Amino acid sequence: MMNPFTIVKRLREIGLAGINQRNADYVLRYNPRKFYPRVDDKVLTKKLALEHGLPVPDLYAVVREEHEIEELHAKLKDRESFVAKPAHGSGGDGILVITGRRGAKYRRANGQLMDQEDFEHHLSNTLSGLFSLGGQPDAVLIEYCVMFDPIFDHVSYKGVPDVRVIVFRGYPVMAMIRLPTRMSDGKANLHQGAIGVGIDIPTGLTRRGVWGNEPVKEHPDTEHSIIGLTIPRWEELLMIAARASEMSGLGYVGVDLVLDKNLGPLILELNARPGLAIQIANGNGLVHRLKKIEAIETPDPDPAARVAFSRREFPTL
Amino acid sequence: MKKTQLYLLALIVSAIGLSWAWYKWQVLQFPLSPREEVEVWSIEARLEFQGNGGPNKVRLQLPSRGPGAIPGFTVIDERLISRGYSEQVTKGKEGRQVEWVVRRASGRQVLYYRANVVRDTAAAVETGEPKLRTPPDLTEVQAAAIDTIFEDVKARSADIVTFTREFVREFIAEQPRDEARVLLDGLYSAEDRAQFIARALAIRNIPARVLHGMSLGEPKAFQQLQPFLQVHNGSQWVVMNIATAEEGLPENFFLWTRSPRDLLVVESDKRPKIEFAVQRNLADAVAIATRRTEVRSENLVKYSLLGLPVEMQGVYRILLTVPIGAFVMLILRNVIGFKTFGTFMPVLIALAFRETKIVSGVILFTLVVSLGLLARFYLERLRLLLVPRLTSVLILVILLMSLVSVMAHQLDIPVGLSIALFPMVIMTMTIERMSIAWDERGPGTAIKEGVGTLVVASLAYLVMTWAPLEHLVFVFPELLLVLLGATLLLGRYSGYRLLELFRFRALARERDEAIRKGTAHPDGGAGAP
Repeated sequence: MMNPFTIVKRLREIGLAGINQRNADYVLRYNPRKFYPRVDDKVLTKKLALEHGLPVPDLYAVVREEHEIEELHAKLKDRESFVAKPAHGSGGDGILVITGRRGAKYRRANGQLMDQEDFEHHLSNTLSGLFSLGGQPDAVLIEYCVMFDPIFDHVSYKGVPDVRVIVFRGYPVMAMIRLPTRMSDGKANLHQGAIGVGIDIPTGLTRRGVWGNEPVKEHPDTEHSIIGLTIPRWEELLMIAARASEMSGLGYVGVDLVLDKNLGPLILELNARPGLAIQIANGNGLVHRLKKIEAIETPDPDPAARVAFSRREFPTL
Repeated sequence: MKKTQLYLLALIVSAIGLSWAWYKWQVLQFPLSPREEVEVWSIEARLEFQGNGGPNKVRLQLPSRGPGAIPGFTVIDERLISRGYSEQVTKGKEGRQVEWVVRRASGRQVLYYRANVVRDTAAAVETGEPKLRTPPDLTEVQAAAIDTIFEDVKARSADIVTFTREFVREFIAEQPRDEARVLLDGLYSAEDRAQFIARALAIRNIPARVLHGMSLGEPKAFQQLQPFLQVHNGSQWVVMNIATAEEGLPENFFLWTRSPRDLLVVESDKRPKIEFAVQRNLADAVAIATRRTEVRSENLVKYSLLGLPVEMQGVYRILLTVPIGAFVMLILRNVIGFKTFGTFMPVLIALAFRETKIVSGVILFTLVVSLGLLARFYLERLRLLLVPRLTSVLILVILLMSLVSVMAHQLDIPVGLSIALFPMVIMTMTIERMSIAWDERGPGTAIKEGVGTLVVASLAYLVMTWAPLEHLVFVFPELLLVLLGATLLLGRYSGYRLLELFRFRALARERDEAIRKGTAHPDGGAGAP
């Protein structure tokens, strides 16, 4: 057992930011409250992204009222697969992934069948604010279900792996890919049991992974190595993340991206308070990198230059 | 820059709170701990005289009231007991007096005056303009004697005070000289001597008066008032002990009156009797401090919590501990790193524990929440909308609570009876939040957060119900400003939370090993796993 003071000392050397430091020094200082709706309301995020020419999954429908739920079945009858998510959801709560149908029933990503009534109930719960922060009434987005790139097939259990990039003042600082497991029920959320795998920013290679609080080298369900994977279209992912942060107006933001096998990188959502688990996944702290960027007086207006800076400066140590 | 401002603000706020509390503690003498007791003297004056069958009038000089009226003491309340007499208390330039009047009084008459007196630190204000008394009527021999004494005394003194002292000494000497003996002839009591000296000083144009009071040091059943001489030295009144010629009042001396009038005058009886009885009691320090403050300035109490009706004070006694609970929760969340349902839910649960006491509170809470959770899972299958579902859970929670109460009563467990005050809305919300966490994050997280909530609530409860603390914030609510200052400081605490160290310990261990192997990168990083 290490003594707590040694732990603090080592963590400081690593540059690990705790919740308090992240909130006090970065979130509160660099994220103006007025821009929060841009990331908290996914309908607005999508609209902004389209205006800025950034790729997002197609929006099929937005449900705002209870009575619109019933009409939805007709609206969606031509769609084989889609995703229903709360506009104000957080942490992946309340996201329903439909990958197919069987008669009148919907098939969920985990293989379970869901009848129409269950489906309506879920949407109605979402509208009442079950998944939104503070429980205020919400809206449901129905959007394109990402066909994820087969390169991750052998390191994920159902569900969609996604890439999170933390961008500070427009510079990508740290990245990880989140791989769903059986335990996470196909969801890409680390606290639900997904694996976080740190990505080396200069090379786009995965370096190390974390499952729960412990380091792992293989996917627990598929037993394939999660180290040394090359993330395809890495430069493009970083570019989109860098531009998405500009669009959000937030200085410190997490950008969640997916790789669609046909459409390439797409922005899933933005997060105004990212950054704890990603440090464990990378085995690296954020503080040293954030300080380097804080030392820059005016960030380069060119996203390509910022990405180049990050790829030069932020190798996984 | 902004941090300096924050520290400054925290400092100022705490300083205001502390100095205010200090003033109340030191000057107004509010006690720091509960059940502290102070001395209260109850002084009873018993008047006895004979009525002559006709109308009667009785006049008694009373102790002054109001801030600084009596050096070292304050009368916190008084009572006049007189059967059949009408009474009127008047306040004149020279002091207070009561006048009892009756249409017909015969036989032995007894009247009482009772006062409760406590110590007070307020500086005494000596009132009264210096006024010369009428010089005494002296025979030729006496006039000559007093002149001799005056000349002697004058030669030995420097100012009015020393002059008076030397003059008094002439009369209290063990072997008074002949001149003094001539004067003392017929002055048998200390009272008469004091009056004579006060009047004699007028011959030399020294304003003097006689005070009356008693010593409260040792309780005595029967006491008489002792006279004290007071002379005006041109700028202020100076007290002199007529028996010792010492300056100043003795310790524990309670000044009854400064009035030059006779203490007691009864129309029907030339020789009325008056006796004083002093009793010493211990009383609740807060109540006494409140009364004392009230006497000093009514508004100080009126515009404080102590001026509220008693039942309202009871409410604030509890309410004022809420910030303490919130502060405990702040530390547990932001410094320790506990996860709880809702921000202030644990504090509200802790409030509820006051009613049930902690052990039964935790049991009841767990019981009702788990049963409610089961019901909630069943309701989930019925696919109710959110609000109707919450309502059904609420109804079930109340039914569960009444069931628990009835069962507990039948089994002779008294704890269930106080459950009624358990905040059922809070329980309903807890159930709802917990079931969502259960669905979305798994039972592990839900139970962990549920236990976290209970732990924080229990700790908050223990701190909130700690009697000395409860007393402190109620009597000194300004101490909450100090709490505010501490909260402001913690508002910028950006260090690790204790439980984060546990969460991140694997990384620290890796780094530690890498350092030992010499492979650690100097710029940070845990090293390759």
